Amino acid sequence: MTATINIDRIGFSAEVFEEFLSLRTEADWITQARRVAFERYCTLLEEDLDPEEFKRVDLRVFNAAKFRPAAEGADAASVSTLLADETEYGGNIQHVDGRMVHSAFSDELASKGILFGDLQTMLEQHRELLEPYFMKQAVQPDADRFAAWHAAFWTSGTLLYVPKGVEADVPLHSLIAHTRSGVADFGHTLIIVEDEARATLLEETTSAEEDTEGLHVGCVELIVGKHANLRYVQLQNWSQKTWHFAHQAGNVASEASLQWTVVGLGSKLSHIHQDVNLAGRAASAEVNGVTFTSDRQKISYYTQQHHQAQGTHSDLLYKEVLRDESRVIWRGMIKVDEAAQQTDGYQRSDALMLSGDARCDSIPGLEIEADDVRCTHGATTGRVDEEQIFYAQSRGIMENEAMHMIVEGFFQQVYDRIPIEIVRETLSRTVQGKLGIESMTV
Amino acid sequence: MSSLLKITDLHVSVADTPILKGVNMEIRQGEIHALMGPNGSGKSTLAYALAGHPNYEITGGTIEIDGVNITELEADERARLGMFLAFQYPVVIPGVKVADFIRHAISNIRNPDRKEGEGLVGMREFRKEIKARMEELGMDVEFARRYLNDGFSGGEKKRMEILQMAMLQPKFAILDETDSGLDSDAVRVVSEGLAKLSGPEMGVLIITHHERLLEYNPPKYTHVMLGGRIVETGDASLAHDLHANGYAKIRERHPEAAADNAQAEAASV
Repeated sequence: MTATINIDRIGFSAEVFEEFLSLRTEADWITQARRVAFERYCTLLEEDLDPEEFKRVDLRVFNAAKFRPAAEGADAASVSTLLADETEYGGNIQHVDGRMVHSAFSDELASKGILFGDLQTMLEQHRELLEPYFMKQAVQPDADRFAAWHAAFWTSGTLLYVPKGVEADVPLHSLIAHTRSGVADFGHTLIIVEDEARATLLEETTSAEEDTEGLHVGCVELIVGKHANLRYVQLQNWSQKTWHFAHQAGNVASEASLQWTVVGLGSKLSHIHQDVNLAGRAASAEVNGVTFTSDRQKISYYTQQHHQAQGTHSDLLYKEVLRDESRVIWRGMIKVDEAAQQTDGYQRSDALMLSGDARCDSIPGLEIEADDVRCTHGATTGRVDEEQIFYAQSRGIMENEAMHMIVEGFFQQVYDRIPIEIVRETLSRTVQGKLGIESMTV
Repeated sequence: MSSLLKITDLHVSVADTPILKGVNMEIRQGEIHALMGPNGSGKSTLAYALAGHPNYEITGGTIEIDGVNITELEADERARLGMFLAFQYPVVIPGVKVADFIRHAISNIRNPDRKEGEGLVGMREFRKEIKARMEELGMDVEFARRYLNDGFSGGEKKRMEILQMAMLQPKFAILDETDSGLDSDAVRVVSEGLAKLSGPEMGVLIITHHERLLEYNPPKYTHVMLGGRIVETGDASLAHDLHANGYAKIRERHPEAAADNAQAEAASV
């Protein structure tokens, strides 16, 4: 028996798509690409999601009919940010309810040939340069129904392009915000760092109010050329009423390195598919995850470290703290192709449970076709150790304060891997906030 | 006037098994006491019960500091009243720097009304102070930046206990086998460290199987524990005698306590 799929519940119909297109002004080739993606999307909606990736992700209460792309954008000023005021950026861009509302870029960086700004504008102005990258190398539009949904409906996005040999020596900032309930935002981030170039982009997501109900179907594409270096941080801080689905992929060429930090604090339910493709000889990637869930939040990660070439190196460390009745799922895979000899792959997920009602599933996995490799993985799940609490208390530290110190210490081990001080400080402060510590005077 | 730690008829159970069966002891600030006894006699239980470990249930008797009954207080409240335990097995707290931990600790000890999130001891004076104490104890100041006891050797952990004692300046310090599992150099360092710190402001209870710590820190009183009771109290010569001759005579003189002790020792194996 074939069950009838209720398109309106799990996705957007052709009517919604046509209405969406009618509100957009964009180059024909972009619209054509959307139409191709939408066709694919309709087919994918009829197919089941990959059970390996989605069997623990409960989408039964998700109702796409509650969300639509916004007809117009909102004001830039109405959202709060964790990172924007923390340092001097070389440029910053804000997307509110799926529209780019603010963009600034330093003349100095622009004069080096770096492109930074609104994705659609950039695609139209630099089609020859950018079209070969956009949803063609890192994330494919037909990867699954969420990728196809995004490819058909992407609303706005951040583009960073750094030409060969150029260094963007100050970080850039990108903000994706929701201000109105019922808005579906399909924000896209495309970063291309050409051979021997370097850049840092800090991105955050936020909701104007704690009860703003949003849908984000995002996509992150990171393309790192030979001998290049990219540091990318995405700090997900949506309201706890937001649905967050994302396909994120990084392609790392030979001798290049990618340092990628994923932070999950907000959302009602998140599912992130994260691929790191080590495509060139001696490519390397370090992946850091900081996740802190509370109440009934559910955050799911499906990570893959794909070693495609010889002598590649990957190192993934995810740390999760769970409160209340929240749930975290981490399914990690190290995949080593036959050609990827002398590969060194590492993955680890550590979860700290602050409540007996929280639940964490950590499932590491290896798929190795080469014979000369070193791959290790591990996962731990534990409660706060009572002996640590007592030890701290015996030094005059109150039980709550001791617990908070232990949680911060737990995250410290991943902060230590994050090479950007303001990110470490912001995370530490934000975690303290979520722990309920009013102010920490230094 | 010197403070007094007074333990009266203390009964303590662990997981509903009675371990301490009526312990009496009085320690004044400035006095050094040695607590000796065979395995299973209840020495560490007394140490944990004094510090306020939640698994050590006080089923009878009292612990008082200067007449204030602390029996029902949490470990952190006792610490703020001047109680300190140097752990036999110091606990590792990954990701928490030694300096941050001690700074929080002394902020609470010196400002007992402090609430979480309120001001800490000033950074500049704290740095100066911890550096001085570390130098006195022959410690590399780099240790302040390391994570608490994480990857420390046995000797480094014990030295870290002494450093915390030096920073917290307790009225009453209990050293639970601080000299165990150390090589002779480390025992000397810890012994000298304690000797520098103890003085008229500190009452010390040294739990030990060895003589070295007591050579540097001669006790005014030596208590012998057997079967959950203090069966004999003497001076430093009693400690010396026990080291030389063991507990056979003590067991002969206190057959009932010896029987209890044998039972407890058998149960713990």
